[in-house]
Amino acid sequence: MAPTARPTVTAPLSPHLQIYRWTWTMAMSVFHRITGTALYGGTALVAIWLVALASGPAAYGWVAGFFGSLFGKLVLFAYTWILMHHMLGGLRHFIWDVGQGFDRERRMWLARGTLIGSVILTVLIWALALVIR
Amino acid sequence: MAAPSPSLRTARARVKGLGASGHGAGHWWQQRVTAALNIPLMIGFIVIIAMMAGRPYPEAVALVSHPLAALVLIGGVISVTLHMRIGMQVVIEDYVHDKGLKFAALFANTTYAVAVAVACLYAILRVSLARLV
Repeated sequence: MAPTARPTVTAPLSPHLQIYRWTWTMAMSVFHRITGTALYGGTALVAIWLVALASGPAAYGWVAGFFGSLFGKLVLFAYTWILMHHMLGGLRHFIWDVGQGFDRERRMWLARGTLIGSVILTVLIWALALVIR
Repeated sequence: MAAPSPSLRTARARVKGLGASGHGAGHWWQQRVTAALNIPLMIGFIVIIAMMAGRPYPEAVALVSHPLAALVLIGGVISVTLHMRIGMQVVIEDYVHDKGLKFAALFANTTYAVAVAVACLYAILRVSLARLV
């Protein structure tokens, strides 16, 4: 007798991002990954800047010229904001790590605070940097 | 209802408690420790960058070769590259399912993190130690 085929059961698939309604907590969770990935690539800029400094005035002048240009400043401004967002997102994770802030009210407050706080910190850093100079 | 499937884990694996990764919670802890260290180190990094902006080459070199600045930068490079390597590893493990591609991605990830770390550390040491000679 031929072996009977086992009934094929399609594996249950958990719905992914496109199924769910976007919420603040979900958006900030996704954004934490995106900012982390952006910072990952951004470390190459830090390496270029430091190696240029070690290479001499000509190389440093070129890199400093780029970061001093309008486009360069825009990159640095975006970098600051992304760094601040990822930092606040990390602090949010620390709060969750100790078992706090899981109820709806605080969860939403923390998610909004991450975005609003990152914008405030970025503006503050640039204002301070421009005032001190 | 099917009977609960017997565990495939050996008694020894269960006792060691290192899970599927073979690393246990080691990376989880490393990510938290480096995250906490990144906060003061990145604030120091921003201060150094802000102080260097627009300065001529000799002043930029003098700033980075100050022992406090060099130490903050070295600490920052080590903490950040460790943090970003295991952060990206999680992203790769989540989204890259093909075994060969995953291996290649993990290899590239480690290579990139080490390359950034080595380039930055060499440059910082080159700049800061050159002043003594």
